[in-house]
Amino acid sequence: MLTETATPRTLPLLEVEGVDKSFPGVRALSDMRLELRAGEVLALVGENGAGKSTLMKLLSGIHTPDTGTFTLDGEPLTIAGPKHATELGISIIHQEFNLVPHLTVAQNVFIGREPRRARLLLDERRLVRDARELIGRLHLPLDPNAVVGDLTVANQQMVEIAKALSYDPKVLIMDEPTAALNDAEVATLHELIRRFVRPETGVIYISHRMEEIRRIADRVTVIRDGQYVDTVDVAATSTREIIAMMVGRTLADHAGPQGVRADREVLLEVTGLSTKALLKDVTFDLRAGEILGFAGLMGAGRTETARAIVGADPVDGGVLTLRGSRIRIGHPADAVRHGIGYLSEDRKRYGLLLDKDVKANVTLGALARRFTTAGFVHDRAARAAASEYVGSLRIKTPSVDQTTKFLSGGNQQKVVIAKWLARDCDILIFDEPTRGIDVGAKEEIYQLLNELAEQGKSIIMISSELPEVLRMSHRVVVMSEGRVTRILDAAEASQETIMHYATLRPDENVEDAKELGLDPVETGAAEDEEGKA
Amino acid sequence: MVTTREKSGVAGRPVGAVVKGRLQQLLAFASLIVIFAFFSVASPFFFTYGNFTAILFSTVVIGTLAIGTTFVIITGGIDLSIGTGMALCAVMSGVFIVNLDLPLAVGLVATVLFGGLMGLVNGINIALLKIPPFIATLAMMLVAEGLALVVSGSAPIYFSEEPAYTKISTGNLIPGVDFPNAVIVLIVVAVIAGVLLTKTVLGRYTYSIGSNEEATALSGIDVRKWKIAVYAFAGLFIGLAGIMISARLGSAQPATGMGYELQAIAAVVIGGTSLSGGKGSIVGTLIGALIISTLNNGLQIMSIPQEWQNVILGCVILVAVYTDILRKKEA
Ligand SMILES: Nc1ncnc2c1ncn2[C@@H]1O[C@H](COP(=O)(O)OP(=O)(O)OP(=O)(O)O)[C@@H](O)[C@H]1O
Ligand SMILES: [Mg+2]
Repeated sequence: MLTETATPRTLPLLEVEGVDKSFPGVRALSDMRLELRAGEVLALVGENGAGKSTLMKLLSGIHTPDTGTFTLDGEPLTIAGPKHATELGISIIHQEFNLVPHLTVAQNVFIGREPRRARLLLDERRLVRDARELIGRLHLPLDPNAVVGDLTVANQQMVEIAKALSYDPKVLIMDEPTAALNDAEVATLHELIRRFVRPETGVIYISHRMEEIRRIADRVTVIRDGQYVDTVDVAATSTREIIAMMVGRTLADHAGPQGVRADREVLLEVTGLSTKALLKDVTFDLRAGEILGFAGLMGAGRTETARAIVGADPVDGGVLTLRGSRIRIGHPADAVRHGIGYLSEDRKRYGLLLDKDVKANVTLGALARRFTTAGFVHDRAARAAASEYVGSLRIKTPSVDQTTKFLSGGNQQKVVIAKWLARDCDILIFDEPTRGIDVGAKEEIYQLLNELAEQGKSIIMISSELPEVLRMSHRVVVMSEGRVTRILDAAEASQETIMHYATLRPDENVEDAKELGLDPVETGAAEDEEGKA
Repeated sequence: MVTTREKSGVAGRPVGAVVKGRLQQLLAFASLIVIFAFFSVASPFFFTYGNFTAILFSTVVIGTLAIGTTFVIITGGIDLSIGTGMALCAVMSGVFIVNLDLPLAVGLVATVLFGGLMGLVNGINIALLKIPPFIATLAMMLVAEGLALVVSGSAPIYFSEEPAYTKISTGNLIPGVDFPNAVIVLIVVAVIAGVLLTKTVLGRYTYSIGSNEEATALSGIDVRKWKIAVYAFAGLFIGLAGIMISARLGSAQPATGMGYELQAIAAVVIGGTSLSGGKGSIVGTLIGALIISTLNNGLQIMSIPQEWQNVILGCVILVAVYTDILRKKEA
């Protein structure tokens, strides 16, 4: 037990001691410790694959520990399963969503314990009423009747939170709750956490974003390679120190955009790209060796732009010009053939073959090009290449034969990145490439992006993390409501300028439309471009 | 609640899952042995060399169909048109070889290609027109059933003038040993299919598409093209099965195809291929086909009436699909 700082409210709420947990070929946790005090937010940090999610899965009854003890409120604790954990007062919000997309918010929140009438009939009215009451109590901007699949990622996260809090837990565990949220949404979430924390409750908060941890957490527990390192007061420790404890080595220096690209040849021109759903006349160009940042709020149309370029979604109008000649892309395969690769923000859905091994995933895109003769696959070459990427990207996995669903979230992300590196495209569109990736690995990925750009490759980097966009980009394309509202040079780009252009609402606000030189009444700018399509 | 949470284990139970993948195949093999043992004890006529070759012989048609269908099912698709398609191919073989009097080799190749053409049409309907596989191949099943009757005038076509044709199935390539050619054909195509599935891009993409079609497409693989290729490839096996069944019977029977598709799909599923795609093997499928023909054979030897044979086969299919569902839950 840790008793070094003896303030009045240091009663341990939840204690973990001597916990070991192994998976085949992986020692995920060894002699793990943790102490959550009543009334605090405890941050849990560590590199990708350090064992954070595993520890939380033990606490929420998904896995059982090999050895070790848990204590809740001074009572020894045996957790039989997920349901038992919630009954004991431990609620978890997982790193990956657990919602049924075609059900409503209310149905998702109360799934498995819907109010009934006469035992059998679902009481829909009470279900909605209860959900509305809960949502009101939590001050969440949700409609209980909305279908979850139609919600933004941020709002889906809010549904998860409502669900977790509906059990009135003593301990709330959040595994990277903000990975998919923008700054404003993070602020809303933090407010919620503050309201939740009372003298008798506590929060375990996992995140790779240090600023957030500074803002929300009282103490931080650092783990490395499945082992406990230390627990420190956030206020008394610098971010630098925390990171050093986490990675156990000094980090590469800050990489920034290198050189100027204004003189380089234009590689890709996108003109008047429009889609039925959202995009309106998206126009920009991309130079060789350039890192072009894409900033904007959620729903601004950045991912849609990327998907439209690579032919993943149907396009309503617009022209793509590659090295001066027009290209037509009807399917992602065409895009890749032209050397344009797209790494999706949603690795589970669009990035990975989760039930296949690391090797199959890394070599998937490059298989036909690099690893076959006359249609026959060279397993040895594929394996060697996969091992090389596992090494250079430090993907934490027992071997390249490990099924990817057993990798930690951040390591899965690295597998997707490796897939695109293996394919060797001239233009890479990276959508939230560092989502779920730890601070150390982030630096390595920035370094990697810089190296790629140095080699003359062009990169479009879509990111919701402004500091990342500012640091990495030669130029920044700012989008709002499906339009490009401004393209900023690195010199003009700042948090303020980006936010200014990201929040323009030309369709609703006449002033904004004027600022962008748009005719406010005319919403049919897209139709005019149709001739080009 | 519990189920969603548990599923979310994301990682799930790894050991269980890994073993389960192989387990299904082992299980299938074990049940084959059990069935074998049972019939050997139950009937003195079962455990004989003659009966073994008879079982193998009767595995050929279902086995051939099932091998092609394995590819389709691994992509997450289904092909219901293989049964009546086989009958149509048998009829076409009669047309090519008997009616048009084409040289045997040409007629055989044309029949196999005709099967491929049917598969190609299925593939185009599914991959380009985005018709769900179940519907597209259901339609093809009806079309083929009708065409087989139309083309043949609802009458069998006899290969009596073509003794070489029946030799493809019933002849003995290995002199002096009673081992029908049909079985050799099955083994050869099974080996070829196995190599294609495990060693070539076609096979890899087959698995990838079944595992996550969207991610495969976004990785720059033209899944439309490969799905068409898979259905067309499976179609070749429909053509081959048409030859094998008509060679065995010495005639092309236009109305015999219906029902084979379900037996073939059952063989695939019993052999551990997941109907939800991404998993499966040729070896498993062969074991599945052997289980079905052993059951048919043994029940026949024990003079169990045909109706009861169907009941038992139906139950086997149920059990097989249920294990598939259990496996899907595990994953
Ligand atoms: N079900 C499993 N089967 C096999 N290995 C597993 C399983 N779950 C986790 N692991 C392994 O255990 C280690 C710890 O994983 P965990 O998910 O706890 O990491 P993490 O700290 O949450 O990382 P991240 O920041 O990337 O989310 C990793 O090496 C991972 O590959
Ligand atoms: Mg994790």
